[in-house]
Amino acid sequence: MSDAIKAATLEYATRLGDDSVVLGHRISEWVSYGPFLEEDIAYGNVALDYIGRARMFYTYAAELADDGRTEDDFAYMRSDREYRNLLLMEMPKGDFAYSQVRQLFADAYYTLVLPELLQSKDETLSAIAAKGIKETKYHLRRSRDWVLRLGDGTEESHKRTQKAVDALWGYTHEMFDMDETEQMLADAGIAVDVSKLRDAWHKMVSDVLIEATLTVPEDSWAVRGGRTGYHTENLGHMLTEMQITHRSYPGCQW
Amino acid sequence: MTPEEQNFLRKIEAEEKIEPKDWMPADYRKNLIRQISQHAHSEVIGMQPEGNWITRAPSLRRKAVLLSKVQDEAGHGLYLYSAAETLGISRSEMIEQLQTGKAKYSSIFNYPTLTWADVAAIGWLVDGAAIVNQVSLQRTSYGPYARGMIRICKEESFHQRQGYEAMLALAKGSPEQKAMAQDALNRFYWPALMMFGPHDSASAHSQKSMEWKIKRETNDDLRQKFIDQTVQQIEVLGLDHPDANLKWNEERGHYDSSDLNWDEFWSVINGNGHCNRQRIEHHVAAHEEGEWVRDAMAAYNEKKRAKQAQNAA
Repeated sequence: MSDAIKAATLEYATRLGDDSVVLGHRISEWVSYGPFLEEDIAYGNVALDYIGRARMFYTYAAELADDGRTEDDFAYMRSDREYRNLLLMEMPKGDFAYSQVRQLFADAYYTLVLPELLQSKDETLSAIAAKGIKETKYHLRRSRDWVLRLGDGTEESHKRTQKAVDALWGYTHEMFDMDETEQMLADAGIAVDVSKLRDAWHKMVSDVLIEATLTVPEDSWAVRGGRTGYHTENLGHMLTEMQITHRSYPGCQW
Repeated sequence: MTPEEQNFLRKIEAEEKIEPKDWMPADYRKNLIRQISQHAHSEVIGMQPEGNWITRAPSLRRKAVLLSKVQDEAGHGLYLYSAAETLGISRSEMIEQLQTGKAKYSSIFNYPTLTWADVAAIGWLVDGAAIVNQVSLQRTSYGPYARGMIRICKEESFHQRQGYEAMLALAKGSPEQKAMAQDALNRFYWPALMMFGPHDSASAHSQKSMEWKIKRETNDDLRQKFIDQTVQQIEVLGLDHPDANLKWNEERGHYDSSDLNWDEFWSVINGNGHCNRQRIEHHVAAHEEGEWVRDAMAAYNEKKRAKQAQNAA
């Protein structure tokens, strides 16, 4: 592996780890707050999958960095300006409709991204994708079912769900942006060229929204910046909570 | 005595399980509903003090283990609600009883989790005490409850091991971590002993429950078991035992120990612990906030049914 490829792969694994840990954390905020017990369990399950995925990406990043850092250094010792997650993942949990719509957007994304990542020439990334594909099938079934129920449920649930779709839509565009780092890796057969996935994602999501009697928003606005560390205000608060214990006792083992 | 009653008592005597469709005395049913639903509520409310640390867990591994544990507790709650439902009460009735204070849950969850070590202490001591009780309940006379306990015990013993292992990491860690572990032990040891309930002489439900073999061992016997087994665990951790009066009694073959603070025990049971109000308010708030979701689900299912009926016609 050339130094340039190695550095880029480290950056890429970190980004994917950041996506996973941030979304996993957001989902975990639902535990004991779900609308009924089965949903507490389901949320716990999905959160666990994402935290597990974050650990695999970070462990690989740490291995590539080879500077003594561990998965926890990546998760707990970087500030929000250093985090590289997609903005969609960091948005607060909101109400149940908001979280399920975000989840549908993310699950549809991973349904397309992971099979591509499975083809990666990088064996570790490919192996992580293989595990993620199985989980994502279950995740998408769940978020799809919920968006259908909520969109086509009561007047109130419809209203809340449409509001969530409209509020989150503008954060989905950057999911399909490529920068130099990812382009170089895509050219080398390592990273996924996400710019090619937008149409399929749009169709997949639109099909669900239409069946749920919801309106697919126009592409009238877009907020970008996750991959360059230009975040919303939400991430700082999330990391403050997530990192407080770890940072309060420097150098400790847990 | 009616022939049904005779048959019931014969089964109890012969250690045969009572099954949902069998005849049973009304009080047996009532007693079981009370105990099983209380157990289910404990699992559910127990998600809160531990859930309090999911977002602040100190490492990714600990976060994953805690998530997985809390998820197991929710699963136990579900399982126990189902067991209680076989006795003719619905989950929504049980939830209402919890929220109105008619049904109780284990008082231990009215104590706050203030540091990460409290999560470790809960896993070790609280799940440890629960197992002592539940192992005994694997032989309870009601079939669905006994089978539930067998399954639940397996997971609880995993929880207890991970709790102890988390405690060990703290006790063998930095001086600050060790102090955190000692503090958690000091606070959770006594409430863990209280989990076994009042002295046998003061226990309202004990006698009948023992006769019907719903309970298999008395509160005080189970508590003694737990006291005895915990001594060495504390030694291995290298922490100070919270009970200054703990002393091996050769004659009894057990440790003698301080009596518990029964005023505190009754005060917390009667709703005046640190977190009683908070725990119920949290449960009610989540339940009420979830109402529009449950309504949406019902409306959606209804629409689907109507559509299917129309297609079939």
